[in-house]
Amino acid sequence: MNQTIPASTDQPGSAYFMDHAEEAAHRATFAVVVDNEPGVLHRVVGLFAARGYNIESLTVAETDRRAHTSRITIVTSGTNEILDQIRAQLGKMVSAREVHDVTRDPLGIERELALVKVRGSGPERVEALRVSDIFRAKVVDTTHESFVFEVTGAPTKIDKFIDLMRPLGLVELSRTGVLSINRGAAE
Amino acid sequence: MTMQQTEAATEAAAETMTGAEMVVRALVDQGVTHLFGYPGGAVLPIYDALFHEPRLQHILVRHEQGATHAAEGYARSTGKPGVVLVTSGPGATNAITGIVDALMDSIPLVVITGQVPTHLIGSDAFQEADTVGITRSCTKHNYLVKRAEDLPRVLHEAFHIATSGRPGPVVIDIPKDVQFSRAVYEGPETVKPLHAYSPRIQGDANRIRDAVELIAAAKRPIFYSGGGVINAGPEASKRLREFAALTGAPVTSTLMGLGAFPSSDPAWLGMVGMHGAYEANHAMHDCDVMVCIGARFDDRVTGRLDAFSPGSKKIHIDIDPSSINKNVRVEVGIVGDAGNILGDMITAWKGQARRDAAVLAPWWKQIEHWRARKGFAYRNSDSIIKPQYAIERLYALTRDRDVYITTEVGQHQMWAAQFFHFDEPNRWMTSGGLGTMGYGLPAAVGVQLAHPSSLVIDIAGEASVQMTMQEISTAVQYELPIKIFILNNEWMGMVRQWQQLLHGERYSHSYSESLPDFVKLAEAYGGVGIRADTPGELDAKILEMINTPRPVIFDCRVEKAENCLPMIPSGKAHNEMILAEDAADIGSVIDEAGRKLV
Repeated sequence: MNQTIPASTDQPGSAYFMDHAEEAAHRATFAVVVDNEPGVLHRVVGLFAARGYNIESLTVAETDRRAHTSRITIVTSGTNEILDQIRAQLGKMVSAREVHDVTRDPLGIERELALVKVRGSGPERVEALRVSDIFRAKVVDTTHESFVFEVTGAPTKIDKFIDLMRPLGLVELSRTGVLSINRGAAE
Repeated sequence: MTMQQTEAATEAAAETMTGAEMVVRALVDQGVTHLFGYPGGAVLPIYDALFHEPRLQHILVRHEQGATHAAEGYARSTGKPGVVLVTSGPGATNAITGIVDALMDSIPLVVITGQVPTHLIGSDAFQEADTVGITRSCTKHNYLVKRAEDLPRVLHEAFHIATSGRPGPVVIDIPKDVQFSRAVYEGPETVKPLHAYSPRIQGDANRIRDAVELIAAAKRPIFYSGGGVINAGPEASKRLREFAALTGAPVTSTLMGLGAFPSSDPAWLGMVGMHGAYEANHAMHDCDVMVCIGARFDDRVTGRLDAFSPGSKKIHIDIDPSSINKNVRVEVGIVGDAGNILGDMITAWKGQARRDAAVLAPWWKQIEHWRARKGFAYRNSDSIIKPQYAIERLYALTRDRDVYITTEVGQHQMWAAQFFHFDEPNRWMTSGGLGTMGYGLPAAVGVQLAHPSSLVIDIAGEASVQMTMQEISTAVQYELPIKIFILNNEWMGMVRQWQQLLHGERYSHSYSESLPDFVKLAEAYGGVGIRADTPGELDAKILEMINTPRPVIFDCRVEKAENCLPMIPSGKAHNEMILAEDAADIGSVIDEAGRKLV
């Protein structure tokens, strides 16, 4: 049998070549309420590493001492298919109590805090202060040649602030990663 | 009443005991009767507590991997959780392979590991390993228990987690000082679980209705069942049979699902997948409605994904929500217990206008056409035992017996799946997901222990079986008359096959230059060795094996260069299956992309 078996498409197919190229990856934020026990953060991070998902940012802290629960907020990216899979995998963890798909939930609010150090003098220094005012950033430290700004907002707002500060002498940056909660009275 | 008497009375009421005693007590309260283990420094207190407990039979294995596989065999053949007890460090790391195997194949295990005392954790103490760290990604859940007070909750919760939802292994790591310290024991009824874990059992009624409508409208339906149906219990297998009969649809299953649907039923197509039945794979490719129950669209099943069953609407029933839409997008996904959902589907089906069976007649005609190709045909020989023939004879000569089969991994495993047939669930124990060579012999030990008067056969290859050969010693010690039926071709057969077909016949390190004399080896262990060299003597030797009430190693010398066919070449679709007569040029069929696959 020497004829070549006709392939139905040109794309090489197998579980290993799952091609999602036709669908673009996008950012998504998941909030996971977990039982606060040793190793729980490792479970989440390990799951992402083992399955090859991205972590763009991650925040974690105990949120309900009495119920022993923590809230982990993870920013990741992927196609809708992968994001569905991430959500299902997170929900499967025995330590997970709730998984919120913040980005795809119209009620979801995302906020981040950044500390931004800007060094400069003269008109750049004045401009930095003016921009910080527009963004309602707080000056938390100042010297003759530097400012440290504290700015909060949606991650895109922080990105914008950083972009504007870069030509004005941005020298150091620290971000908390995204926190999230839902609008409205419901828990 | 004296002070001591009062204290003693309170203690009895509250049942204060040591952590080690709690472990043993919790196992008894969970209905455990057998556990597989190996003692060591960090579990000695638990072994001490076991010494006084007649209700638990401990099986001393020869290597901790053997303990986990034996527990898997026990679990798979009984539907009960398998329990393992091993020491810290190397005890735990040796158990890992079996733990991962159980995770991949959804087998309920509770693995208890000893740990160095809490004050030594992190100090690189003797036989210390970060067991919870190592096993976090290969268990359904795991625990490091730092206080004896937590032990009752953890122990009972571990059994619940291991056995409910999608079953899997749970590891409990217990430092030695916790095993010595005293606390109040609580039974499974009173203990409060910490985790909010509650897997969904009941399927969504609307989706069940949608699914039944799809099946009723189908002209070319197929049922594709998996290990989930077996895990859902014998009732689920009954319902699969009932529902398949109601709908008149053909049934195939994965390697893990063999036995849920009887192979003697005319609607049975045989196994699906890479080395599955020709008719099953073609029917999967050409169907218009696929009903996947408790299977996970594994790459061994689907072959080329973008050409997988292109014209069908798919229904996927699975207890694990992450299985749905993972590899293959489906039209209707239903999360819940397979038995429950099949029951609901049967009810819904009976409530609807029934389909005329004649609608499926063209579909069955097509299936008969594929069947007529006889995809499992092989050329037999008068002088050399063909491996397929050996399994056919083994099946024929054990048909009227109460038989359980385990396997190792490789060609023999596929031939066993092709030529040994099952009419009941829980009769077939094999390593599907992880593909662990060395699974079958210890698994047979576990199966035989659970079914002492049944015939338990490990269909093995000479390479696989040497990975856990030491467990024959366990079988001899506990008088477990397991039969190790080795298809001995002196090669790592599946590796050789791939090297022949894909790597220009460069047989790199796949031939065993030096093999033991398996007959003498059996005798050295205190078992019985039997060898068969020719087809003429095979039947008599197999009967001799069956009638030997002791552990037997059967060295069946088979054709060395036989290939396992039919085969879906890597990177190809179900309808591109290669049959034995086309196999000579299989290498030229597989393209560069396919060559890179496993």
